[in-house]
Amino acid sequence: MELLLVFVIGLLYAAGVYLILRRSMVKLLLGIMLLGNGTNILIFLLGTITKGKPPVIDEAYKVFQEIYADPIPQALILTAIVISFGLTSFAIVLLKRVYALVDSDDLDDLNTPEEEDL
Amino acid sequence: MIDNHILAPVFVHLFAAIVQLIFWRKTITQRFISVGGSLIGLLVAMRLFNKVHQEGILTMNASDWDAPFGIVFVADLLSVTLVVLTSIAAFAVSIFSSVGLSRQRMLYGYFPIFHFLIMGLHGAFLTGDIFNLYVYFEVIIISSFVLMTLGGRKAQLEGAVKYMAMNILASTFFLTGIGILYGITGTLNMADLSFKIKDVQNQTLVGITSCFFIIGFGIKSAVFPLYYWLPSSYHTPPSAVAATFGGLLTKVGIYAMLRVFSLIFIPDDFIRTLLMVLAVLTILTGAFGALIKTNIRRLFSYLIVCHIGFMMGGIAMFSKIALMGAVFYLIHDIMVKTNMFLIAGVIRQLRGTMDMEKLGGLYKEYPKISLLIALVLFSLVGIPPLSGFWPKIFLFQEAFTQHQYFFVGALIFGSFITLFVIAKMWSKVFWKDVPENVEIEDKFASMELYRKIMMVLPVGILAAATLYIGLNAESIVKISEQIATQLIDTRPYVEAVLGN
Repeated sequence: MELLLVFVIGLLYAAGVYLILRRSMVKLLLGIMLLGNGTNILIFLLGTITKGKPPVIDEAYKVFQEIYADPIPQALILTAIVISFGLTSFAIVLLKRVYALVDSDDLDDLNTPEEEDL
Repeated sequence: MIDNHILAPVFVHLFAAIVQLIFWRKTITQRFISVGGSLIGLLVAMRLFNKVHQEGILTMNASDWDAPFGIVFVADLLSVTLVVLTSIAAFAVSIFSSVGLSRQRMLYGYFPIFHFLIMGLHGAFLTGDIFNLYVYFEVIIISSFVLMTLGGRKAQLEGAVKYMAMNILASTFFLTGIGILYGITGTLNMADLSFKIKDVQNQTLVGITSCFFIIGFGIKSAVFPLYYWLPSSYHTPPSAVAATFGGLLTKVGIYAMLRVFSLIFIPDDFIRTLLMVLAVLTILTGAFGALIKTNIRRLFSYLIVCHIGFMMGGIAMFSKIALMGAVFYLIHDIMVKTNMFLIAGVIRQLRGTMDMEKLGGLYKEYPKISLLIALVLFSLVGIPPLSGFWPKIFLFQEAFTQHQYFFVGALIFGSFITLFVIAKMWSKVFWKDVPENVEIEDKFASMELYRKIMMVLPVGILAAATLYIGLNAESIVKISEQIATQLIDTRPYVEAVLGN
């Protein structure tokens, strides 16, 4: 399981970086999303995966007797997912708006010469 | 010492933003709330500063969870100093934006989002938990995205795409670093991390993790190979927004770097060399960029990049005097850079353009405003006894002691180019006659008196703060020295958070 996740993370990061380096806006967006997901799985993996051991202390004891699943990475991932959800939705709207204004999907076209404003 | 008032500056701005949301589209009420909220925020921040200055480091455990387990907020001297500076800048910007911004932008919620941004900044300075720092970074960037795109002009949106892509990338790197850090130490509390990181057997992995943080914070603070988003986006939003960004946002990156590299990763030789190379190249590229720009705000954007290098160099040398220099420069830079962009906004109101080729004759028409601006420009350049001069002494001194002659050269070069471009700007904007066949569009002359005052007053407030920093350098040096001591010897910080 761990080994599989390691490969998935590597793949997501590589694909994300590759897509960000492309000039298309849609690919930029997809790249950002893949990188975000890769990071989430990375946090998930680094909290060491423990199967079927909830972090609940048995009534008879006061401390944990054996290894238990760490709840913190899940809390972190949840926060990170919510944040990246917000950022991604903003990015989608922004890129859609830019596409409508510039009428091009190419990031290299985003260089309108000096325009003055307040 | 535990004190719940630490979060007061955060809450003041959160509350101001919420109240403004209630008064949606009532821009006059929002303006009053904004200026009033910022003033209260400033007073609260000053009170917190006094308390920390007298009683030492304060902490607060969220929901009373003990330190390494819950989220902890820590107010040490570095944090509160930055909170005070942010509050001063926010106060000035909120006054300026209540007259310097189009009503259209206010209707779409400029003020609430501005206060959310300031809230995020305060939170980032005060938190003692690295994941919480990430969350506050996200609060900052999402607010800044909205501020940057507010108005929706083409150039603005184009700048925002670059800004957004690079900042999300920076957050991803930062989060990756946090993930690995949690994986190898099992804690997120920065004080706890500071000694758990020493027990990690695989120190190479620690080194690699620190590189993730360098990249993440490097993008945010616009360090050499990662700064390109800054000059291509900061000239697009309205001046009030650009002032907040230019003065405060890149400095959060520097703050985070100071915090992380003093507390968690003590820089070894490799990291120091890396930071030093980046610092020198940042200064050089920023200076070269500033040389060729004719738009005032683009010029200032490159100067931000150039001067970030000064602080990076201070961190790279990592000794008490170097950190004193870096912290003092940070204090000076926040005040001056915010003011520079406000000045760009005032010039825009006076002349209707920010292109140096089309400007001219301002000194003849507005001598008083020009002299006020000259004071700020002199501080930026670092004419003694103004504020830009003092931190450079420490940086030079330490660079000579550590034989960092490349950095000495870069410092001299950077300062000289700053002087040169500012002199060029002064002569072109203020002394030169208005070029022929350029139509002047002076909105300022026809304004009501209170609007004129509210436009120039923020520049005056920040100029007074700069003047205070420069003329009262002794006490600022003392504060910087205390901060540098706390950064080098982190035991008081750790003890305040974790107990003995």
